[in-house]
Amino acid sequence: MGGSILGNRVLRKEDPKFLTVGGTYVDDLLDEPLLDGALHVTYVRSTVAHGVINSIDTSDALAMPGVRAVFTGADFGLEPVPSNFNPMVTRTLLAMDKVRYVGEPIAAIVSETREQGEDAAETVIVDYDILEAVVDMEAAMATSTLIYDSAPNNVVFDTLVLGMPDNTGEAFLAGCEVVARGKFLNQRVAPCPLEVRGAAVAWAADGRLHQWLSTQHAQGAHGPIAAMNGVDQAQVRVRTPDVGGGFGAKIGIYPEELLLGPISKRVGTPLRWRETRSESMMALGHGRAQVQHVAIGGKRDGTVTHYQLWAIQDSGAWVDMGAILAPFMTRPMASGVYAIPNIECRTTSVVTNTTPIVAYRGAGRPEATAAIERAMDLFAREIGMDPAEVRRKNLIPKFMEPHTTAVGQTYDVGDYETALDKTLTTADYAGWRAKQAERRARGDARQLGIGVSVYVEITGGVGSGEEAEVEVLPNGKAVVYTGTSPHGQGHVTAWAMLASEQTGIPIADIDLVWGDTDLTPVGSGTMGSRSLQQGGNAVFVVAGQLVEKAKSVAARLLEANENDIVLDKDAGAFHVAGTPALSKTWADIASAEGGISAKDNIAVPGPTFPFGAHVAVVEVDTETGKVRHIAHVACDDAGTVLNPMLLEGQIHGGVAQGAAQALLEEVRYDSDGNPITSNLADYAFISAAELPSVTVVHMETPTPRNSIGAKGIGESGTIGSTPALQSAVVDAVSHLGVSHIDMPTTPEKVWAAIQSAR
Amino acid sequence: MKITVTVNGKTREGDVEARTLLVQWVRESLGLTGTNIGCDTSSCGACTVHVDGESVKSCTMLAVQADGCSVTTIEGLANGDTLHPMQQAFMDNHGLQCGYCTPGMVMAAISLLQENPSPTEEDVRIGLEGNLCRCTGYHNIVKSVLAAAGK
Amino acid sequence: MIPAAFDYKRAGSAAEAISLVSEYGEDAKFLAGGHSLLPLMKLRLAQPAVLVDIARLTDLSYIRDEGNHVAIGALTRHHDVENSSVLRQHVPLLAHAASHVGSPQVRHRGTIGGSIAHADPASDLPATTLALGATYVAQGPNGTREIAASDFYTGFLESALAPDEMLTEIRVPKTTGATWGFQKFNRRAQDWAIVGVAAWRRGNECGVGLVNMGSTPVLATSVASAIAGGASVADAARLASEEAEPQADMNATAEYRRHLASVLVRRALESQSA
Repeated sequence: MGGSILGNRVLRKEDPKFLTVGGTYVDDLLDEPLLDGALHVTYVRSTVAHGVINSIDTSDALAMPGVRAVFTGADFGLEPVPSNFNPMVTRTLLAMDKVRYVGEPIAAIVSETREQGEDAAETVIVDYDILEAVVDMEAAMATSTLIYDSAPNNVVFDTLVLGMPDNTGEAFLAGCEVVARGKFLNQRVAPCPLEVRGAAVAWAADGRLHQWLSTQHAQGAHGPIAAMNGVDQAQVRVRTPDVGGGFGAKIGIYPEELLLGPISKRVGTPLRWRETRSESMMALGHGRAQVQHVAIGGKRDGTVTHYQLWAIQDSGAWVDMGAILAPFMTRPMASGVYAIPNIECRTTSVVTNTTPIVAYRGAGRPEATAAIERAMDLFAREIGMDPAEVRRKNLIPKFMEPHTTAVGQTYDVGDYETALDKTLTTADYAGWRAKQAERRARGDARQLGIGVSVYVEITGGVGSGEEAEVEVLPNGKAVVYTGTSPHGQGHVTAWAMLASEQTGIPIADIDLVWGDTDLTPVGSGTMGSRSLQQGGNAVFVVAGQLVEKAKSVAARLLEANENDIVLDKDAGAFHVAGTPALSKTWADIASAEGGISAKDNIAVPGPTFPFGAHVAVVEVDTETGKVRHIAHVACDDAGTVLNPMLLEGQIHGGVAQGAAQALLEEVRYDSDGNPITSNLADYAFISAAELPSVTVVHMETPTPRNSIGAKGIGESGTIGSTPALQSAVVDAVSHLGVSHIDMPTTPEKVWAAIQSAR
Repeated sequence: MKITVTVNGKTREGDVEARTLLVQWVRESLGLTGTNIGCDTSSCGACTVHVDGESVKSCTMLAVQADGCSVTTIEGLANGDTLHPMQQAFMDNHGLQCGYCTPGMVMAAISLLQENPSPTEEDVRIGLEGNLCRCTGYHNIVKSVLAAAGK
Repeated sequence: MIPAAFDYKRAGSAAEAISLVSEYGEDAKFLAGGHSLLPLMKLRLAQPAVLVDIARLTDLSYIRDEGNHVAIGALTRHHDVENSSVLRQHVPLLAHAASHVGSPQVRHRGTIGGSIAHADPASDLPATTLALGATYVAQGPNGTREIAASDFYTGFLESALAPDEMLTEIRVPKTTGATWGFQKFNRRAQDWAIVGVAAWRRGNECGVGLVNMGSTPVLATSVASAIAGGASVADAARLASEEAEPQADMNATAEYRRHLASVLVRRALESQSA
């Protein structure tokens, strides 16, 4: 027996294809027979942030070369559809009466080539009455301009309506020796999967609709596509080709994707649609976008006793998932890793004339962590204590039984102090502090900043389990069907490892099927760091069930008692205990049965709570404000590790996106609601040159909530790194009198903070 | 317009509109879809190919400009089942996740090492300034390139 | 994104290129490496009716030691400028500045002449050649003429070149015995400078060019005068923005740009690179 494959650094099975011919993304489906003769769809988009549509003139576009059709909402008789997250708010999938953000789709052009579509889009004339653009989320609550008449004050969600208590203001902090306050912007950022959105549709001769979609959740799109086309779900097949990243922004289905079926039906040909990056920056959902009013109070000895947070969440111009992240992801995690006896947290979500907010890597938890971590820094500064020490003093002590915080959230297991200690030691925190002191003493232009964060987050909050099927074919090879949906995470390898561990079938002989509603009709997709703990767990358990099923077949074939049959995983064969010479391979068993499979939906008892600590070190040029990220240590405890190589890859990517938010990236609008960061030259998508290598500290505290012991790892790196970086930047100039700099900590903001502190 | 281009060692002829970008021609007319398009502004490098042996963003070059040139795409690197050393280094070091930036990244990395066979980590990071990746945080990409340089 | 349709003409010689552009007038543009023009065309911020491809005029790709100056053919790529042993020896500031243009892929295609003719105040090489006191050679239907870099930049993306004139050569005086500094301040490595400074100094003589400090590349003559008059570098650098009219944009206010210019000019002039 070679021992368990689990926990090993197994190279990815999927890589040779990506490295030699590239993935097959939706725009690469050139050989798909159903898409023969496909025309191209180009959407005409609003150039106005807020306005009443008087008329849409498509006549010039219709006359352009290669244009087959142009459709407006009126052509389809589109009716307003309610938001899933606030049914009082409705919109049509193509704007008809009103536009609410720059980039909102207004009309669809069908053309023979993509170039012709782009040419024709420029000739559609839309006449608007311009309305006041509501861009700032706090201003949105104060203005008389309503984006939706059904949303007074532009508020679309408030924890008060859930019966959660309001914040009590100053009275709450009355007994505190020390109080620190802040208003923090957790700025709007763009998810920027490197592959933008794309889709293709075809109505087959048998009347079924086939739709290919660059998505994180084909099953979630299945019902809405069927409903949009007025057909039964069985008449729709959604398939997921390779997906070039999602980061949360490809969870939901968008109007541009829903409309393809009806347009295809109308023109009678298959269709392809791929947005440009410039479109994507305006019409793929954005992330974060919270203003946080924070107050923290406690004793001079460093004990934090009170924490108050009012998070105002920008929902953008629609009520998408972003509207509920603050109440259902930020609020529950308000306490972070700290034992704070008194917490008040209200959240208010508002609409603005900006791109809708959706989930983005971390989705509500980075915001919670940033708020409490910044607050801890302010508190530490107020009492003159080292920020790492203030944190240690207030950490929830190690717990291996569920722990419930003052805000009512129950965590599974946690050992925060060990994570902090390991990280500080590995980072040589004391050493950096000494170097910092030297530079401060010398008055160097380039100062060091050290930022510490300790965090806990919630993963697997989406879905209560997952479906898996494991099938062994007569040739002895296996196929795993999963309801999760990889787009970079490495499921093809990881799920094969899990199935191989149970069955002994080599991972090279195990294929994975996902994201196809004919073959995997049930699934909750990949989001919220749920895949391994729910989807992987299901594969692991179901593969075990298959082994049991195979044992009964083997018993029959070997004419033995089922209880005496054992699986020799090295040989991939079953035999009676003690007589290995006479055995039946998986191929024998599958052949006897014409294929053998097991399928089940495996429930988990609840989400898990990965935690960790990060130390970021920056060098700040105090003359210019420029920040250089020079070192980063990350400890992210995701429970039992299946494949450390994949785990580290998730941490590295998470850290980079977190650093990007802290240092560089921000989606910006002018006061009229025009986007000014709508391509990758203007939007500061972080590159290799702005990042250091990351030191990963391993720590494994298994969760009891699944059979593997795994928690999520997809988002932790982002959640831990962002506040560590922001804190490091502030720390570098704190001796000059600076106590806070909003993200992104761009050079001018850092410089201005130094100037105003002087 | 008629063009003749040597692509991955084979002579390919095309009849293109003047405005056709090299990346479009390679993908749509030749069916070499390994090369991807990630932006509109020559920023992301997903479309990087080699033209006459040097890395170029094929979204910022007209197909007609490549007339008479030699173009190498990701599909032209491996020798049968044997990966190019850079491809192998990306495989061994988990230098890719979703795979979308990967073809361009590999092509840029090969060009980088041709010009600087023994780069430092900083050389690699700056040398890849024109290639964006959203998944890996670049850590394992840099590691891959340094590993390939060590061979 | 794809450019609007246009006609494409490939020129076999400079004379042919000039005659083609003369023929089509204002609607025609020269296409060299295409790394300034094609991005604008893809975003449809530029829609020329005719492109005259001059990239194959290989006789305009050279770097020659001409005694007191170095002559660079307009179609010399940034990559070749960056790696030229002649420039590294005689005008290291220019070779170094070229290594900061865009990304390696951009430098494999973009040309020094294209960059200068595009006259973008945010580009590195216009301000650098301005600082170096370069002379540009232009060829038109009626022959060639020399234009001092200090006379060349007339407005935002506008130059002294007539529509039917083609930039053919850049002549850069050698900086023998000078120290030099190049300071590019940007967000990301591949970005344009928020502010950039190219400077050289030989005793009390110096040249300072500013990137992205107004609608044209800026020659900081007040700094040079102050140094000539014996001022300290720190004092001279405070005059960095005297000739500049920086604009605010999403990356910086005008005030911050002025501040950066002073810091970066000081650093560039203090640099001991030689």
